[in-house]
Amino acid sequence: MHLDALMLSRLQFAFTLAYHIIFPSFTIGLASFLAVLEGLWLLTRREAFQRLYLFWLKVFAISFGMGVVSGVVMSYEFGTNWSVFSRATAGVLGPLLAYEVLTAFFLEASFLGVMLFGWKRVGPGLHFLATCLVALGTLVSSFWIISANSWMQSPAGFAITPEGRMVATDWVAAIFSPTFPERLAHMVLAAYLSTALMVGAASAFALLRDPRQAESRIAMRMAVGMCLVVAPLQLVVGDISGKDVTHRQPAKLAAVEGFWETRAGQPFHVVAWPDRATESNRFEVSIPGLGSWITAGDARATVTGLKDIPRADRPPVAVVFWSFRIMVGLGLAMIGLGVWGAWLWLRGGPERSRLFLRAAVLMGPAGFVAVIAGWTTAEVGRQPWVVWGVMRTAAGASPVTAHEVGASLLAFLLVYAVVFSAGALYILRLLGAGPAAASQPLAGGSEPPGSPLGAALEEGAP
Amino acid sequence: MTLDLPLVCAAVIALAVFLYVLLDGFDLGVGILFPFARTPAERDTMLNAIAPFWDGNETWLVLGGGGLLALFPGAYAALLPAFYLPIVVMLLALILRGVAFEFRAHGRRRGKSFWTACFAAGSTIAAAAQGVVLGAFVQGLKLKDGAFVGGAFDWATPYALLTAAGLVAGYALLAAGWLMIKTRDDLHGRARTWARLAAVAVAVMLGVVSLATLLVNPVAAARWGWTGRGFELVRLVRLVPIPLLGLAGLAVIFVGLGRRSHVWPFVGGVIVFVSGYLGLAASFFPYVAPYGLTIWQAANADSALRLVAMGLAVILPVIIGYTVWVYWVFRGKVAADAGYH
Repeated sequence: MHLDALMLSRLQFAFTLAYHIIFPSFTIGLASFLAVLEGLWLLTRREAFQRLYLFWLKVFAISFGMGVVSGVVMSYEFGTNWSVFSRATAGVLGPLLAYEVLTAFFLEASFLGVMLFGWKRVGPGLHFLATCLVALGTLVSSFWIISANSWMQSPAGFAITPEGRMVATDWVAAIFSPTFPERLAHMVLAAYLSTALMVGAASAFALLRDPRQAESRIAMRMAVGMCLVVAPLQLVVGDISGKDVTHRQPAKLAAVEGFWETRAGQPFHVVAWPDRATESNRFEVSIPGLGSWITAGDARATVTGLKDIPRADRPPVAVVFWSFRIMVGLGLAMIGLGVWGAWLWLRGGPERSRLFLRAAVLMGPAGFVAVIAGWTTAEVGRQPWVVWGVMRTAAGASPVTAHEVGASLLAFLLVYAVVFSAGALYILRLLGAGPAAASQPLAGGSEPPGSPLGAALEEGAP
Repeated sequence: MTLDLPLVCAAVIALAVFLYVLLDGFDLGVGILFPFARTPAERDTMLNAIAPFWDGNETWLVLGGGGLLALFPGAYAALLPAFYLPIVVMLLALILRGVAFEFRAHGRRRGKSFWTACFAAGSTIAAAAQGVVLGAFVQGLKLKDGAFVGGAFDWATPYALLTAAGLVAGYALLAAGWLMIKTRDDLHGRARTWARLAAVAVAVMLGVVSLATLLVNPVAAARWGWTGRGFELVRLVRLVPIPLLGLAGLAVIFVGLGRRSHVWPFVGGVIVFVSGYLGLAASFFPYVAPYGLTIWQAANADSALRLVAMGLAVILPVIIGYTVWVYWVFRGKVAADAGYH
């Protein structure tokens, strides 16, 4: 690996993006969860829902803040590190990103203030509306960003000018590019699943200490229900998305599955180490025919292998092969966890099995790992293209030096490490304290939760 | 006459950037003033005075970046690589001060003081980095066929340091004005002192930076009538209302301070910023990267401009509407009872 400015920019973008995606994955799901909790509280007036709301609101505030600041980076990195790409694709991607800011970011950022600090300033109805608008904002934001990314995977509705710039000719076709609907569904479901696993893990942790903890029993059931429904649904949506790859991005598919030869009845490699130098897999453990069945829907179908794709157009194979398997493996584990939890629920409650609770704690971060693995599959698998079949990543870099990018990459690594450690520590501390510790701002002191004074008040409380 | 779409869009982007400077200006400024607070309680109050707003304020920066990409990709692609290092520094500083809002509340003793320091340092460094970018922009950059061809440290000049110091002083002034509106008693009194000092600093820096600009940028100087030896009065007179507006702003601040007004010093600060911004516009319009790229050369394809312009026309008024509503919800002095500790 040669560390020139291009390679360093790729590493920096991959790192800052992988870091950033953790927080939207959490806050998209958490915002909807909070809207449901507040709605249930307004409807039933059960205090448990309010306590759960306040508890998860604090976690939300921390993760949302981390998502905002790491997201600002992304909106400038397109220009600092990929200025040629930005100039060439701005005719299509520019407006999509601008619409994300206009329709989502302002909505989230403005109503978050009301959500965190507005308890005493607006009525319960308006406060609930603010929560719903923040949740809506997170979903609208994923709409635009997945639209932009889907266009880069399967570009449509555009023309190329004599200067080599891509210009939209049909906005509906460009925004709703062929793979967009299933990719949007895949991401939103992933966010909901990641959140359900975190809620489940936090509840399981509390229930391990006290199986009668009321709020955690409720939240545990909500998480199990979510897993039970969404995890299998995600498998279906992921499969639809995978079939798109088979038809539209044969090089990516061949890398995902470690197919080298073009042949009928491709095997499925459960384990393998794809080697680009020898154009073959080492240490293969395979199931005959299954590969063709999964990717093309027919065990006898012929599927293209990497040897029929010019070397210059092949993505890195091992990374894509393994990131895909990590994602799918974790997805299957999530389905298992949902079924297990539901079965325990029928037999008296998930909290009766300490083994299940421990498994749920362990699976807490699984959603985030799967999201990063999935994005790695999608983005590394798209290489060497930045816009599939139209523009190569290598052609998109900025005229900056390796020294500049090297320095910035180091600085990002350092700052992100500090911020991530602190954020994780504070979130884990909150989760460790559990929902029973959540205060009641409407009955108690006059300071809102999440404000410095409010937080100080809680810490000082007996 | 057909609508000159790039011109209209440039006006909107300019407005977005200006709103960013004003809004994030006062909350970055609170970080700049943070080290001068006497007690932890004062710092908590200062933070409470901006906590519900900062996130929305910073979103204008994202609109500045995203909007520039969507409307003037030529400028986006030319400017950002040219200012690579100061922009990365600004982003990192914004990260550290942005997370500090929440982290400060959750940290225990050492954690809290660490994030207090991060909030102060991050805010100050972000402001200074923006000032450096401003200075580097005014100096002009080496472009060839619309792409940056200069070196990694072209921005690093004494002039850029001056503009950095000027912007830090300006943000401190806005913050002091904001804190006078939002606080009472001791802290309000201290904010009054800060406002007076910052206003003096801003007045000095405005003068120094204006004169320095005549030296570093001959093209801009010529627009103001500066020939190198003296002023061409005809040109100067046309633009002289702009610096006069700045002086009027300073007068509003000092008179407001003298009459113990809570609101006028902030208003005066805003007027000073308006004057500075108009001065930049007069020096650079219609260039988005001086002096190699005009708004028409840097503009996106028509289909993209039309789509974004439509969105701006419909959505921006709604955004401004609910932003005003949020400021209205959190109007008045912030609750600052030391007894809660």
